[in-house]
Amino acid sequence: MRVSIDSATCQGHGRCYDLAPDLFGEDEEGYATLTALTADGEVPAGREGDVRLAAANCPESAVLVHEEARL
Amino acid sequence: MTVDDRFTEEARQQRIAESQLGTVNEIITGPVKDWTTDFSHFEEEYAENAIQIWDDLRGRCPVAHTERFGGAWLPTRYEDVQAIAYDTEHFTSRAIIISNVRPPLDIAPVGFAPPISSDPPFHHDARKLLLPAFTKANVAKQAVTTEAFCHSLIDGFAGRDVVDAATEYGMYIPMRVIADMLGFPQEDTEKFTRFVENVLEGANDPIEERQERGMALSNYLFEQVRDHIDNPRDDLTTYLLNAELYGQKLEPQHVVGTMTLLLIAGIDTTWSAIGASLWHLAKNPEDRKRLVEDRSLRPKAVEEFLRAYAPVTMARLVKEDVELGGVQMKKEDWVLLPFPAANRDPERFERADEVVIDREVNRHAAFGLGIHRCVGSHLARMELTVALDVWLDRVPEFSLEDPAAVRWSAGQIRGPRALPLRIG
Repeated sequence: MRVSIDSATCQGHGRCYDLAPDLFGEDEEGYATLTALTADGEVPAGREGDVRLAAANCPESAVLVHEEARL
Repeated sequence: MTVDDRFTEEARQQRIAESQLGTVNEIITGPVKDWTTDFSHFEEEYAENAIQIWDDLRGRCPVAHTERFGGAWLPTRYEDVQAIAYDTEHFTSRAIIISNVRPPLDIAPVGFAPPISSDPPFHHDARKLLLPAFTKANVAKQAVTTEAFCHSLIDGFAGRDVVDAATEYGMYIPMRVIADMLGFPQEDTEKFTRFVENVLEGANDPIEERQERGMALSNYLFEQVRDHIDNPRDDLTTYLLNAELYGQKLEPQHVVGTMTLLLIAGIDTTWSAIGASLWHLAKNPEDRKRLVEDRSLRPKAVEEFLRAYAPVTMARLVKEDVELGGVQMKKEDWVLLPFPAANRDPERFERADEVVIDREVNRHAAFGLGIHRCVGSHLARMELTVALDVWLDRVPEFSLEDPAAVRWSAGQIRGPRALPLRIG
């Protein structure tokens, strides 16, 4: 599974980094970022549920989940 | 004495003399005849029954209208509220609190309280100035003093069986925090309640009264500005006085407008969220016991309280005629943006009318949607979390002393203003 932040729609609500602070972070203005664990866009094994939950709680739908692993 | 030409008495008097009121309309008050054609969020019935009113309108209307305020609309579905929040082409934030005055057209795109009153593209730049101070990491620095303050309020309850959780607890927490951040004297918090009431609950009062009270706020802020010019310190007021945009210091109205926003916007709102959450827990002992025993549930409960009892309804003015939700909105019509009504739309939320304190998926809009997402949302969450943590740890047993004595606010910010609780 892959994950990305749509920076055009992220408004800095911070639900993703509240729910999974090791997978998502905030930049100096509060907008969501990926972290060391997700920097390459790959979701660490076993953390798919946390990423889906963060996506499902984003008010702007700015956490984008790509279910198919890149070949 | 340091001189800042923007904030001399002469410059201020000139600004006051040049200020334009805008378009005034007749004040209409009194019981609502029909909520679909004559709504008013200032009436007692709305204060008491807003949730039922939204649910009723959503089912059969769903965009209500009123001739009051010179014409206004009230959408109630999530999708309509969302569409308006995202549409800055047809809706302006030139005014965000419905009153009996529409501010002059030429105050756009800055507005009286940037960035909440601003439109693109200026909005983005004004907002950018504030964002760093309000990140989750930065507001976390206020948590320790907030917690100590909550404890001191509860220490003050010693020996009492009944306390008012609204006026003796929730109200003081955001006032204390924002006074600290702006660098205003702590003893001034008593004044803040009056300033807030004038802007929000009193927004439909006679213009002369509102202007007189508005001048009291303006005088107070001017005093604080002058004090910070003479004695700069590490706080938001000094930050705003030194901040630059487009290579220049901010316009004086921008500085004072943003100070007004920061002072007013964080108080009633967070106060309301703390009160509504405690009201729910006082009425629902099962939920209360679960949260007392299991701290790990509390973050989800906080989000659910924010969804179910979202305090903030914003407003817009129609900028260009537009069709929305099946109605034709005309230029200069008011539009309410009831995020709390959106949060209870069964099209978007399962069991929308129930408070489910361990709700996992909760894509609520309590802090707004789109470019005007509440700048203070991380601060508000911190305050609400700390206020509930301290209360639940210190006062695990509590109930409504007298349900009939609970009073909810009218206007755009909804929360308990009287909340007598039996404690211990």
